Amino acid sequence: MVLVLAIGDLHIPHRAPDLPPKFKSMLVPGKIQHIICTGNLCIKTPLINFLLFSPQEVHDYLKSLCPSLHITRGEYDEDARYPETKTLTIGQFKLGLCHGHQVVPWGDLDSLAMLQRQLDVDILVSGHTHQFKAYKHEGGVVINPGSATGAYSSITYDVNPSFVLMDIDGLRVVVYVYELIDGEVKVDKIDFKKTATTATH
Amino acid sequence: MITSGIEDEDKWLAEGIAGIQHHAFYMHRALDANNLREALKYSAQLLSELRTSRLSPHKYFELYMRAFDELRKLEMFFKEQDRHGCSVADLYELVQHAGNILPRLYLLCTVGSVYIKSKDAPAKDVLKDLVEMCRGVQHPIRGLFLRSYLAQVSRDKLPDIVSECEGDADTIMDAVEFVLQNFIEMNKLWVRMELQGPVRVIEKRNKERNELRDLVGKNLHVLSQIEGIDLEMYKDTVLPRILEQVVNCKDELAQYYLMDCIIQVFPDEYHLQTLETLLGACPQLQPMVDIKTVLSLLMERLSNYAASSPELLPEFLQVEAFAKLSNAIGKVIEAQVDMPVVGAITLYVSLLTFTLRVHPDRLDYVDQVLGACVKKLSGKAKLEDTKATKQVVALLSAPLEKYNDIVTALTLSNYPRVMDHLDDGTNKVMAMVIIQSIMTNNTCISTADKVEVLFELIKGLIKDLDGTPVDELDEEDFKEEQNSVARLIHMLYNDDPEEMLKIICTVRKHIMTGGAKRLPFTVPPLVFSALKLIRRLQGQDGEVDGEEVPATPKKIFQLLNQTVEALSYAQSPELALRLYLQCAEAANDSDLEPVAYECFTQAFLLYEEEVADSKAQVTAIHLVIGTLQRMNVFGVENRDTLTHKATGYSAKLLKKPDQCRAVYACSHLFWVDDQDGIKDGERVLLCLKRSLRIANAAQQMANVARGSSGPITLFVEILNKYLYFFEKGNPQITGAAIQGLIELIKNMQSDTTTPDRASDAFFASALRYIQFQKEKGGAMGELYNTINV
Repeated sequence: MVLVLAIGDLHIPHRAPDLPPKFKSMLVPGKIQHIICTGNLCIKTPLINFLLFSPQEVHDYLKSLCPSLHITRGEYDEDARYPETKTLTIGQFKLGLCHGHQVVPWGDLDSLAMLQRQLDVDILVSGHTHQFKAYKHEGGVVINPGSATGAYSSITYDVNPSFVLMDIDGLRVVVYVYELIDGEVKVDKIDFKKTATTATH
Repeated sequence: MITSGIEDEDKWLAEGIAGIQHHAFYMHRALDANNLREALKYSAQLLSELRTSRLSPHKYFELYMRAFDELRKLEMFFKEQDRHGCSVADLYELVQHAGNILPRLYLLCTVGSVYIKSKDAPAKDVLKDLVEMCRGVQHPIRGLFLRSYLAQVSRDKLPDIVSECEGDADTIMDAVEFVLQNFIEMNKLWVRMELQGPVRVIEKRNKERNELRDLVGKNLHVLSQIEGIDLEMYKDTVLPRILEQVVNCKDELAQYYLMDCIIQVFPDEYHLQTLETLLGACPQLQPMVDIKTVLSLLMERLSNYAASSPELLPEFLQVEAFAKLSNAIGKVIEAQVDMPVVGAITLYVSLLTFTLRVHPDRLDYVDQVLGACVKKLSGKAKLEDTKATKQVVALLSAPLEKYNDIVTALTLSNYPRVMDHLDDGTNKVMAMVIIQSIMTNNTCISTADKVEVLFELIKGLIKDLDGTPVDELDEEDFKEEQNSVARLIHMLYNDDPEEMLKIICTVRKHIMTGGAKRLPFTVPPLVFSALKLIRRLQGQDGEVDGEEVPATPKKIFQLLNQTVEALSYAQSPELALRLYLQCAEAANDSDLEPVAYECFTQAFLLYEEEVADSKAQVTAIHLVIGTLQRMNVFGVENRDTLTHKATGYSAKLLKKPDQCRAVYACSHLFWVDDQDGIKDGERVLLCLKRSLRIANAAQQMANVARGSSGPITLFVEILNKYLYFFEKGNPQITGAAIQGLIELIKNMQSDTTTPDRASDAFFASALRYIQFQKEKGGAMGELYNTINV
């Protein structure tokens, strides 16, 4: 059993001051094996300040939760080290990561499915729309963890802060979506099984 | 030299101790034999060792303790009349025959204590006698120890403490009088030490005096334990007499120690009721006395006292504690002309702490303290002294910590005036503290007026203050500061659109003064804050006919346009382009075609003139296409212009693969998959064909340049686009065309000398997808029937 945190579109400090405190208290080091981040962290802040508890750079914050951190570049990320797409294998699953602003029309499932075929992955995680989504199609899964800060989006109205935890176990992945609705964290669970077709090629 | 001095002292001490032991031996023998005469003789000789002037207080104390132990034994002997057969009264006379004054007085004190205990004579008379006679020794160290001995042996015999002695008012007064007198005499001796000996050893002497201070203070401690001293007596007699001595002795060390001592040993309720008297002494103290520590201690004790029970608050109000303290501090600062600024500010910090703890609801008090501080600082340039600066930061931080709410601090008129006296660096630190307070407490600043005050407070972060060029600043610090300002902007919020617009205008006014380095940090949060407001207003526009509606999307878009424009001049064209596109989408949602068109125009202009980096161009053009694809506000003409531009720029990207991908992405501009969306199948096909041509060109270039066929991935990507539009029912995309493309790719695969695994897998995956769709059956299966894989 492997826990993977999928998170993205934080837009700190452009569109939100910080992660919701409730999320911060849930995300503790040592529980998560991998973090995949779709991008748009935005902030580039140094850590040190002699007087204050300084707002941590988001990148370092995520790194402190789990050293295995994979980030792709959102259109507001200045850090040129983040790649446009990234793939990694966790257990029996091949995961693909992409922010999603490159895939026109934005958030379009069929177009994302094409990217999934291109990256040749079982699970594609993308962001940009700030709306949580988890679809199964032709044997693959497309997941959008939404915006962890509930950042403003021109695509989605009334964005609730959300992130996704994936529990990968053998040929099964359970997707938990955590959503902050009116100050309360709601959890939803979606179950996916890897089909033989994609497993055997 | 010094070490030999110490060695000498050790030697003298050893000799003294040996002397005491020697005489004590004979004294013990005399005591065992009940021989009073011999006992007196040897005890007097033993006590003569205390006549030395050669020892430092520390060593003298050791010697004194030896003698003290022996005197205990003598006292026991004196008590048992049947052993020596002499009445106490006679003993009292007898010991006065001792030759030397010092041994005589020690013996007299010893007998005196027994005398009181025996009740053969009134305690009052004996004590008075003793305290008077001790004047005979005027050497400071010897006198202090002698009187300390007197205090020690008489302590449990004072009328009040021993319940057997009736504690009527007179006898209590006698006891108080005795202790006070002893205290006064001891203090005089102690102060006189200051005047003795060579000046060159001031430090050493101060150290020695410090070692002796508790002997003096002990008297105050004894006074505090006399239960009969009620508030009235304390107020009328005890405190005035002590303070009189403190003020009159004109000795820094003594004054500081004794003030401290008074505050420590007497109960807080007495302090509260005698504040005026106690504080009245402060300005009369010597200029170098560390009065701020004394007063801080007093205020700390009083605030602890107030915190101990809520019922005490009326008492504080009744005696006007705040006014008195504030007044006293003012006078002290006035009196001590040479007090450094840090001292004065430390006093204000203590007063503020007191105020915040005792009167948290009295913001006027808080402001008053800050005002007093401003007065002290006024007329001076910015603070240079780092210690003073630290105190000012403490002063300004205290209300923030107390109220956890910057809004409270914003109502303090003197707050920004105090900040003005900080140097630029500290001013920024303070501004950061304020922002941090807002962030951690999640405080919402909800009116434009408060935002105005807040920005006045943090102006050090908002713009360049005089004479500080930005390039001299630490880059990392600067970034952090600006990011904090960016976060802060999200905390400025009001549900009412009109007020919110006012807030936005206020913020805008301030951040626009920030210059090119700050704008990239501060403009985006402002833009998104405004876009959120626009979204709230959507649908409300035009509801109120004829009435002047101040907050309309149109108005806000005008603001936004000017704001983003400033950013494009600030060497951040890529950020500005993104923000224009965000505005365009918002204008689309607000049904404002001209605004949306203007935003696109600006975005294209930036693209043409400012975005030079090829990688940045690729991202920018995709953002343009992605945004444009979502627009439905445009009429045919405008839309054509913009799509034409977008496709044109796509085909002009530097690298062929980038061109190819951008061009096929443009196909979506002509086919929007919703009910009213544009569906121009022909132009979709044109785009796809064009991208195919570019893919071919890319491959040929690869052939020429590298001698190998280029990757076929572009063709597979285009195939997928064909499939997409095929499924969407675009009549221009035929099964035959797809079939042709599949064959083309298969041929390429077999021709290539350098197989590319990723492309092959992609192609296989696409074919698998086609197969999957074929097998689906129904309409989709039928559609795919014409294609063979």
